[in-house]
Amino acid sequence: MQTYTVTSQLALEIYKSLVRCRKFEEKIVELYPEQQIKCPTHLSLGQEGVAAGVCAALTNGDKIFSTHRCHSHTVAKGANFKPLMAELYGKVTGCCRGKGGSMHFLAPEVGAMGASAIVAGSIPLAVGAALAAQMKGEKTVSVAFFGDGAVEQGPFHESLNFSALKKLPILFICENNGLATCTPISKRQAHGNISKRAEGYGLPGIKVDGNNVIEVWNAASGAAQRAKNGEGPTLIEALCYRWKEHVGPNYDHHLGFRTKEEVETNIKKCPIQRFLDTALEKNWFTLETAKKIEDAIQNELNAAVVFAKESPFPKEEEIFAGV
Amino acid sequence: MAREISYKAAISEAHVQSMEMDPNVFIMGVGAADPTGIFGTTVEASKKFGPARVFDTPLSEATLTGAGIGAALCGMKPVLIHARNDFLLLTMDQIVNHAAKWNYMAGGQFKVPFLIRAIVGRGWGQAAQHSQSLQALFAHIPGLQVIMPTFPYDAKGLILSSLQSNHATICIEHRWLYEKSGPVPQEPYTIPMGEGNIVKKGKDVTVIAISHMVLEALTAAETCSKENIDIEIIDPRCLRPLDESLILESVKKTGRLVIADTSWKSCGISAEIAALASEKAFEFLKAPIIRITLPDAPTPCSSVLENAYYPNHKNIAEAAKSLVLGKPAKNDNDIFSHKIEREKEFSGPF
Ligand SMILES: Cc1ncc(C[n+]2csc(CCOP(=O)(O)OP(=O)(O)O)c2C)c(N)n1
Ligand SMILES: [Mg+2]
Repeated sequence: MQTYTVTSQLALEIYKSLVRCRKFEEKIVELYPEQQIKCPTHLSLGQEGVAAGVCAALTNGDKIFSTHRCHSHTVAKGANFKPLMAELYGKVTGCCRGKGGSMHFLAPEVGAMGASAIVAGSIPLAVGAALAAQMKGEKTVSVAFFGDGAVEQGPFHESLNFSALKKLPILFICENNGLATCTPISKRQAHGNISKRAEGYGLPGIKVDGNNVIEVWNAASGAAQRAKNGEGPTLIEALCYRWKEHVGPNYDHHLGFRTKEEVETNIKKCPIQRFLDTALEKNWFTLETAKKIEDAIQNELNAAVVFAKESPFPKEEEIFAGV
Repeated sequence: MAREISYKAAISEAHVQSMEMDPNVFIMGVGAADPTGIFGTTVEASKKFGPARVFDTPLSEATLTGAGIGAALCGMKPVLIHARNDFLLLTMDQIVNHAAKWNYMAGGQFKVPFLIRAIVGRGWGQAAQHSQSLQALFAHIPGLQVIMPTFPYDAKGLILSSLQSNHATICIEHRWLYEKSGPVPQEPYTIPMGEGNIVKKGKDVTVIAISHMVLEALTAAETCSKENIDIEIIDPRCLRPLDESLILESVKKTGRLVIADTSWKSCGISAEIAALASEKAFEFLKAPIIRITLPDAPTPCSSVLENAYYPNHKNIAEAAKSLVLGKPAKNDNDIFSHKIEREKEFSGPF
């Protein structure tokens, strides 16, 4: 696999992206108990390295499709906080005008084409976007984000086959957090080596450490280049860890399917801290710069919360709008 | 006094008893054996019978549906559970092309005793893909049985009945019924497929209500009785086969019909029941039929929209009154005038 060089500018962008993902969801954890965010909310805390790494390899014209756990994908693709936060609050200023909620984030202006709450539901849509790009002769790629659970659905396999057949410009990004709700992958798949599935369909499969953002970015950059060169799709399996419960802002070790120790050990492998350590060590940027980025993002976020809370709810007639 | 248990406990008991009675019964589904056990309905069965007979599946609903059919053809009695109706849509081919037809295509040589349970979500912004009530899609299909138990008694009796029948059964359960309690006999019993239930006798207006709408109809009946309007509530419990005679008898008696469904109007169960009444009881009808259904739109997420989206007892009461008093009911554009604050009944995070 080709190794790309990280410039200071790219490192700053990635750090900004990571912190935006993290702070956005930390804010949700803080606000959710107020019971004003009235929708099922699946947090990707701990998994941001995949979203930020992949999206750093994309351009604005590239399209992404996401899942029920869609916050970080949409944020990392460059969405503005305000419409996302307003959507969580069910406001008409939300990214779906209050129709979708947490599971259906989008930002078409930056290529975030929406998210399905049906597991594997949006993978074929990403295939279709790649087909459109190919037919129109555009030099863009499409990205399907999905979890390890989606690999068990037929459309995943059919999508790999079809896109390999047509050499479609698409990246299949599997966030393998080893869980589907509370069921570990060992109880769902005979072998959890997801990247291996690619071989059978005739496309490359790469396994990366989702906590290593550079590694994710590097693999995605190679896959995007390959796709844009007309060489077809790539499956990237990114190993990651879900810190919180499947849905909601709390921890879930009390349910007994994983231990508190396991969760704590994995939180120590935080992809953001790891990236920051590397960045400082390699002098990509200084700690001072990092703090400045964090503060600016915090301000952006606080403004988004005010915006969301103060925005009006949709009018009842809106129920029929957009059917 | 009769023993009272919750709806979810009644389902759980039906599972345990059917598994005790018949070693061929087994349960599978996404999350069927996880610590939460499909909102508590499979936890007991899991404890009692272990992973050989109650197991989690991969997220492969379509294939597991086909596997359920195959196992049923070969003597097993599978129960496949989905946490939402919406996931049934992934399995339509196996249900409609296979479960419903394998026996017919074989000239009647096969049995498909296969129960598929799926829950209707509502509230806390579950939005368009986690809240559908899809009974009409299945009730359309010859070869299937479709049940929608309302009371704990119905849930236990119909589930036990479905596992003794030779057909695939789709059981659609409204999530808001799960915590409601009612009398349920301890010993196993069955409710015949296609037998409706007169929930409340009355003489002025027939209300055919489906699933959770039965509870709304009961509240509406109280309101109406204060104005001397006597509602009769019929719960079909089973949509295929449908208890036509029970419905027709009531319509012939009252001459006025309101139908309250948990789903949409177009081509829905309410259309079927309205057609039945006009085909077979036309001369008894004293007024046009009124249907109370969801507005013709997918479920919105925002709490204010969600709150306006679902019709309730006020819509039913108003419809009944308008039929008796001869005033026109509110038209479709006024459906939102009856919204009520419902949040306390169901709150997040899920
Ligand atoms: C077809 C379908 N079946 C079941 C569900 C319920 N469900 C929602 S998320 C989820 C787990 C998905 O696991 P995975 O794909 O690994 O994604 P993760 O939640 O780990 O990000 C399940 C079972 C669903 N939404 N869609
Ligand atoms: Mg997962």
